[in-house]
Order: sequence, then C-alpha cells, then structure tokens
Amino acid sequence: MAVGLPVALAVAFLLARGRFPGRAALDALVHLPMVLPPVVVGWLLLLLFGVRGPIGALLQDWFAIRLVFTANGAALACAVMAFPLMVRAIRLSLEAVDPGLEQAARTLGAGPLDRFLTVTLPLAAPGVLVGGIVGYAACLGEFGAVITFAANIPGQTQTLPLAIYAALQTPGGEAVAARLSLVSVVLAVCGLLLAEWAGRRLRRRVGR
Amino acid sequence: MIEAALRHRFAGFTLDVAFTAPTPGVTVLFGPSGAGKSTVVAALAGLLRPESGRIAVDGAVLLDGDAGAFVPPERRRVGLVFQDARLFPHLSVESNLRYGLRRAPAGPIGFADVVDLLGIAHLLPRRPHTLSGGERQRVAIGRALLSQPRLLLMDEPLASLDTARKAEILPYLLRLKTALALPIVYVTHAPDEVFAIADTLVLLEAGRVLAAGPLVELTARGDLPLAARDDAGAVLAAELAEHHPARRLSLLRAGAMRLWVPLVDAPVGTKLRLRIPAREIILATMAPEAISLHNIVPGQVRTVTENAARHAALVEVDAGGAVLLARITPDAVARLALRPGAPVLALIKSMAVDVLPH
Repeated sequence: MAVGLPVALAVAFLLARGRFPGRAALDALVHLPMVLPPVVVGWLLLLLFGVRGPIGALLQDWFAIRLVFTANGAALACAVMAFPLMVRAIRLSLEAVDPGLEQAARTLGAGPLDRFLTVTLPLAAPGVLVGGIVGYAACLGEFGAVITFAANIPGQTQTLPLAIYAALQTPGGEAVAARLSLVSVVLAVCGLLLAEWAGRRLRRRVGR
Repeated sequence: MIEAALRHRFAGFTLDVAFTAPTPGVTVLFGPSGAGKSTVVAALAGLLRPESGRIAVDGAVLLDGDAGAFVPPERRRVGLVFQDARLFPHLSVESNLRYGLRRAPAGPIGFADVVDLLGIAHLLPRRPHTLSGGERQRVAIGRALLSQPRLLLMDEPLASLDTARKAEILPYLLRLKTALALPIVYVTHAPDEVFAIADTLVLLEAGRVLAAGPLVELTARGDLPLAARDDAGAVLAAELAEHHPARRLSLLRAGAMRLWVPLVDAPVGTKLRLRIPAREIILATMAPEAISLHNIVPGQVRTVTENAARHAALVEVDAGGAVLLARITPDAVARLALRPGAPVLALIKSMAVDVLPH
C-alpha cells in the first residue's frame, strides 16, 4: 500500500495527462488484474517473480530477496490486485482538475513540479485519498492471487479471507470464522468512515 | 514598446497578426468573436507557441521563431487575467494573491499597494468560492499584478460580469492604469470598455489586423468597421481649460478645438477623454444664428466615406489637430459639396459630448 499509492499516483498522472506512444498499452496493462481471474494473476506473478522466474531470479541473486510464499510476496500480490482500483480513482480526480488552473499557475511563474504539488495534487487530494482507502480495502479482501502466489501460511501470508476460509474448513472453526469476520467488518467500516470524514474535510478545503 | 508578429495555422483558421504598441499604456485588442483575440493573448502569455513569429516587450525577446527562442510562460513574467478569474479554490484570497508574488523576483509592486488599489483588504481571509464575480475578478487582477509582470494581459476580464459589476470594476482598472506604469494588453468586444480604457487600439478580424494605432486616430476614421457601428464616434484627448460655474459650463481644449460642455466635476488642468458620437454632429458651411448650440468648430474635411448599407456618409473633419467623425446623409454631402480639403463647421451639442476620465 505505502509503495503502491505513489506508484499509482504516478501512473494515474501519466494516463490522465500524458500523450505518449504506448499509452493505450499501459492503460490495458494496469487494468489487467481487474479483469483477469485473480488466480491467473497469482500464477503470472509466480512465473515472473518465482525463484526461477526472470525477475524473481534477479531479486534472489542480487538482493537475496525471495517473494514467493513470503509475507512480502503476499503484499506484492495484494498491491498488484489493488493497483487498478487505485489508479482509476486517482485518475478520475486528476482529470477533474481544471487544466485552466494549472495554466494560471504557469503564468504566475510555477514550474511543472511546483504546479503539480501546489495546484494539481491538493485539488485531486480527495480522489487520491479514496484511491488509498479502496486499495486498502481491496488488499484486506484479496484471496485468489495471494493463495496462488504466496500460499496460505498462517501468520505470514494469510490474509483475512484466507484465514476465514481456513477456519471454515476446520471442524468447529465457525467461532473463529465469526470473530475474524467481525474484525473484517470493523476494519471495513472504520476505513469507510475515515474516507468519508477526510474526504468531506478535503472537499470543504477546496470549496466544493 | 510591445512588438508582436505571430503566424499560426489552426484547422480552418489562420492567425497572421503583427502590431506594435507603445509602453506603458493600454493596448486593446478589439474585434468580433473568432477574430483571434484570445489566441493572440495565449501567444503573448506563452500558453500557445505559434508556428512562427516574434514577441518582444520593452526589448525583452519572449519569442523569436527564426532563432528558435521561446520563453515558457512560467519564466516570461507576463501576467494574465482570465475571463473566468481562475482563482485557486483550495487557497485563501491572500494565498492566491501571494502565489505569484512568492515565485517572482523582487519587484516594484507591493502587496499592500495592490490590496489597497483594488479594495480587497476585507477579502483576504476568505475563500474564492465565497466571493462575488466582481470580487473574484479584482483578486485575479491583484494576483497577476503581484507576480511583478513586465506585461499584464487581460482576456475579457469583464465579459462574465453584469453591467453593475462592470461599473464596479472599471474604475479600478482606470486607477491601475494611472498608478502603475505597466503595459497592459486588454481584450474585449465591448466598445464602452474600449473608449474608456484604450490608448492604443488593434482591430482584429478573421485572424488579421485590420488597423492598429492610437485610439484617437482609429476612432476618427470613416473607413473602419468601427465607423459602421451605431455607436461610432471619435475619441479625443482633452484638457479642462476653464470652469464657468455661473453658466454651469466647463470649457475643454482638444488641440486647437474648444468645446463647451456641462460643468465637469474636476479641477482645471485635468486630462480627460471625450467621445463625440458621429451621429450627433451636424456639419454646416455657414454659421447658424440664434441657436441653443454652444460649439461651432471650424475645420476641414479630411475624407468622405460612403456607407451604402446605412445610406450614410462618414466625414472626417480635422478641427485643428483634433479629428472628428460625423455621420450625415449622402444627400447632405452633395448639398454642401463636401470633399477633402473643403472648409466646414462642425456643430456639436454640449449635451452630446461624453466626458470620460483620461
């Protein structure tokens, strides 16, 4: 999440404002995890980041990082799955920022990075926030990609739905499943309330 | 001096414009919508990079197509006031005003002065969305001024305002003009704004310059589209010469011409601009007697232009340096045998003269 959001912001900005060859391809690539079955995404990750995969082998040799069947791997799988949702939310809010305001900032002497930080980003902040929350929620609920790529190791790569599922498969595990489901409901409601509260504050700041 | 020569092709429209204008002073780009006024402004601001051309303001070259020089907007120091204000909604009025100031090199235009000049001190802590249209536009003008521009562009700053709001802002614009020695390029299609504020006029039509020059010269010409308008009339630069409170009259001097008008509330010596509607001027070859008229101005016909569509003739009269424009019937032109060089008397009702601040 922490890594994913800035990357999502950058990609969303590229897609919202950029005019470059391969923009459509990037767009498709970003959205792929949303339309593919999660198990397929997990398997593709396994191919790419597996110990013998092209990227996985490099990580292993150079940095001694192993992603498969680790907590970091679970985070990667979640991030990839949540990525398109974040990009979409952020991109929409970036596109909603009036380019006229950026032009105005330009005539007032603000360079590209200055304009982005002082005009575009503050005005798109509600969308970036929503992107973060949506991404967080999607991560919490991720199942297929994680179980395929990182397996279901309790305490390491077990996400909430995985734990609930595992509990349900165990005889007499309903009580555990109910507790975990409650946790998941509480987390989700907290997330939504936080998003609502922060979104309202931000919107009031930008005067809408 | 502002030097601008621009060429740019759009789909179905070619802009090919060149003009120069003295600085400081207000240069008004005037023309119907689609004439290319806003495009010229975008090019002056650097938001549009024309295919070829050259822009220089007081010697600073902002664009030179031949040399490949292009100064981007953020380094041009050209302020722009948009028609729709474009204040940053997430910042207070004060932060909006300081946005350009913080990014500009130290300059002569101070925060307190601008706030005072535009009368916006009470608005500083407010958010843009709580302001009225007129207030927003004043803040936008202040924000552009504080970026210490070498040139201020105003793209129809009053067009989105109703008549009352316009009347509220116009005096501020006039104050700005006299208080700061800043070249201003002002776009409008409202003639009353032209007469009130322009020093130099650039007439645009279909992407070309029809005529460019001092306002007093262009408004006195009978061959321009301005003269075909209902509100045609020469603008003259004048000075208050005398007051006659007992007669409730003031005497104005414009070149060698003297005009009596109803008492003007300003001290003797004040510079003013006059507008004399072309349709209000009567031409004569002999002075009438026993008439309510105060102003019988001797002059010489400069040109006579027929306007077939209106069944009218436009006569330029040189009244000793000040040029008047009169719209009369072609029949009258024939009866009085008016032709270039002929001596003539212009009869001007005192009540017909519009007296405007300089």
